[in-house]
Amino acid sequence: MSKPYPPTYKKVINVVMLTLTGIAALLVVSVLLFILGYLVWNGARSLNLNFFTKLPVPVGEKGGGMANAILGTVKLLTLASAIGVPIGLLGGIYLAEFGKGPFSFAVRYTTDLLNGVPSIVIGIFVYSLIVLPKLHPSLLARLFPSYFGHFSTFAGGVALGIMMIPIALRSTDDFLRAVPNTLREGGLALGASKAQTIVTVIIPAAMHGIVTGIMLDVARVAGETAPLLFTAFGNVFWSHGWNGPTASLPVVIFNYAISPYTDWHRQAWAAGFVLLSGIFLTNIVARLLVSGKGSRSRSYRLRIPMAALDLFSGKRSRVRS
Amino acid sequence: MATTTTLFDLKKLKHARTARFGDPEPMDTEPWVPAFTIDGMSFFYDDFQALHDLTLTLPTKRVTGLIGPSGCGKSTFLRTLNRMYETVPKAYMTGTVRFGEVSISDFSPTILRRRVGMVFQKPSPFPKSIFDNIAYGLRVNNLCRKRDLEDKVVECLQRAVLWEEVKDKLHEPAFSLSGGQQQRLCIARALAVDPDVLLLDEPCSALDPIATAKIEDLIFDLRRSCTIIIVTHNMLQAARISDYVGFFLQGELIEFDAAKKMFQFPSNKLTEDYITGRFG
Amino acid sequence: MMGVKDAGEKLSLMARLKKGDEVAYLITFASALSIILVTCLLVEHLWVDSALSRQAFGWKFLATSTWDPVTDVYGALPFIYGTVLTAFLALVWGVPVGIGAAIFLAELAPRRVSNVLTFMIELLAAVPSVIYGLLGIFVMLPILTKYVVPVIQKLFGFLPIFKGEFYGVSYFSASCVLAIMIVPFIVSISREVLLAVPQAQREAMMALGATKWDVTWKSVVPYAQRGMIGSVFLALARALGETMAVTMVIGNVPQIRASLFAPGYTIAAVIANEFTEASGNLYISALIELALVLFAVTMIINALARLLMLGMKSQEGGH
Repeated sequence: MSKPYPPTYKKVINVVMLTLTGIAALLVVSVLLFILGYLVWNGARSLNLNFFTKLPVPVGEKGGGMANAILGTVKLLTLASAIGVPIGLLGGIYLAEFGKGPFSFAVRYTTDLLNGVPSIVIGIFVYSLIVLPKLHPSLLARLFPSYFGHFSTFAGGVALGIMMIPIALRSTDDFLRAVPNTLREGGLALGASKAQTIVTVIIPAAMHGIVTGIMLDVARVAGETAPLLFTAFGNVFWSHGWNGPTASLPVVIFNYAISPYTDWHRQAWAAGFVLLSGIFLTNIVARLLVSGKGSRSRSYRLRIPMAALDLFSGKRSRVRS
Repeated sequence: MATTTTLFDLKKLKHARTARFGDPEPMDTEPWVPAFTIDGMSFFYDDFQALHDLTLTLPTKRVTGLIGPSGCGKSTFLRTLNRMYETVPKAYMTGTVRFGEVSISDFSPTILRRRVGMVFQKPSPFPKSIFDNIAYGLRVNNLCRKRDLEDKVVECLQRAVLWEEVKDKLHEPAFSLSGGQQQRLCIARALAVDPDVLLLDEPCSALDPIATAKIEDLIFDLRRSCTIIIVTHNMLQAARISDYVGFFLQGELIEFDAAKKMFQFPSNKLTEDYITGRFG
Repeated sequence: MMGVKDAGEKLSLMARLKKGDEVAYLITFASALSIILVTCLLVEHLWVDSALSRQAFGWKFLATSTWDPVTDVYGALPFIYGTVLTAFLALVWGVPVGIGAAIFLAELAPRRVSNVLTFMIELLAAVPSVIYGLLGIFVMLPILTKYVVPVIQKLFGFLPIFKGEFYGVSYFSASCVLAIMIVPFIVSISREVLLAVPQAQREAMMALGATKWDVTWKSVVPYAQRGMIGSVFLALARALGETMAVTMVIGNVPQIRASLFAPGYTIAAVIANEFTEASGNLYISALIELALVLFAVTMIINALARLLMLGMKSQEGGH
């Protein structure tokens, strides 16, 4: 008569393997906690008012800060959002509301392609497009010569903006498509034109998802370093306007970390702490926004499509540098 | 009118027109004016022909019921009347449909849809407040001034017999209402733009009998001010509320006649089979 | 005539409303089109700017291992070697841990614990590369130097891959950092894919008296394997393109050495380090050709990954 229960060796394997998986999970989570803890410990210790208000000083002197890098990052993200969000949003609206057929497929494929391009390659592209002085300047370069031919905040913003487009588009597309068709029909049946329905009914219904997507997008791009290396480059002074090179937090962290000076290392930790805090806060707020909504309907309860979920777990993320 | 209705109070319903065949009924004295004139209309989804050569006229200020088994094309037909089929790619219509004197293709779709309103099967209010739902059509079509907006909304809610139930919570989200209330909200929303015709696509199929009864009451109240065309899979409902009935089968119009006559003395054998439950 | 109002107000209103629709269509279409244009522009720039180098070296570029700005001879082999090696090793460390953690989170942990832990792991995915690099230099390298590498060398030092002096920066260190960076992706995608496996699959095996591990490994994982492999591909694509964390811990020496503990270089790292100082058109062109190679490789791997995932979704639908 066969035993009804699994044999002993199988039970042993069972326990062993399951424990191993638990260890794996614990390992991963503890890495996160370790990173956070170390950064908070080292970084917060090194933070002082100077960090936020002063410019960097030559090595050996005390009292330097990263005010210009902070401002630089803010400017770059603003410009990046100004470029990436409208194109991504409008493109997403096209895909969700208007497009059908091969063109839409091409747009989606290209967006995924662009999303997978390593950020350093985007940096090279923008360098070639904007920073490189050319014998035969493009039309835009002739119209706005002061922005072309050298490192600039403009170039850095364009690079980051290009990186923002795919995720903004994907997020808008997914959340708009999650809005039930009955709402569209309802709007049309009342005499609203398609554009009116989209603007007054569909987008508001998908709004919290779209906003969340954009927030995550900005948070992701805020930490990008490689594309800035050849576009915004860096600056030890304030960068005025948009057509000069500018310091930015990630680049400064990089430069300081690989330098041989301990004071710069200390500052790199502080900057890392500030940068990571901003990114984590944005992520946490954004994800709470999306998961919390829907039980009591201030807005529509949207079944978040699996593709949109990818956003929040970073699967559609850029290959970061 | 009672605010709560139990099944056993059905008799108290204002219209109380259960299918009691043989009752004497005053003759329909109002003149027949066509709201829609359909002439040889066929409808295609890409290669598939959903409607075959329909010819009929739909009267104004009456309730016209469209009955037939599932998939017979009655919903498709309803959607051609206000050109809602245009949201579906590869769907097209041949033949003429006239709204009044004018072919519907001569209308701008948005104007047509304003004058021929539609309420769908599943109650789907917008994710906005109750007030904003009703006001939507008014705002989007610029139909009344800001200061008149509130009055108009109240008027619509009263017309849809929803006012008493929602007057304290106008600015709460529409989702906080029950299914039946949401559907009446959708009807009120459709009424806000003052349509000449109201198309109802199985409005009660997702609702419980009590909510259904309330909506049937509402249709009865509305019919003299608004032409109503209602698609229903519930034959008895059609018998209860319609003045005229059209019977559809597999994309063809089998019979169109006064309700009383169709349900008592159907001219077509297929109609009789359907009504007596031989199929469907 | 009674009943129906006249059909007035046709064209002017019609034109106005229609204008709303046309304008909306045009604007959104233009945005969608611009994405395609930007991508084409990107490929074009990479292609054109690398022309000098491509003409000078041809396909040999991929096989030569000299990288000498002085004599203007450039070969991509050290970087390709470094890129592939570090990515491969990152997968070797990262995939078992990632998949193990995913299995734990999907099958074993109670739902709420799983959700919280997953949230935290997905936050890891949001950590910028440069911060991983920071921690890599100041935390990981000392740990590796003091504790890990000596042990390995004592035990396995006879193997050629573990020979040689360890100065901290090396292929090995870079692969460790990369592994940590790609694990969150593997975990979150695999977990989702595992959760999507219908309960019936598990129940069928459980009814036969199998252990939990058996059920998971023999029934659930095979069902989800395409998605999991897809996640590995995506992780690979990421690892190949990582720049900052790698360049901070790999040593940045263009050489091909058998030992994992030797310093090395990757494509992304060399571009990051040398581009701004590169002078001479051939030098710059060679670096841009490297960028083109990187672009091509990541594009192919991403495409494979998505093909796999697409296959997974249709398989689900079929069931």
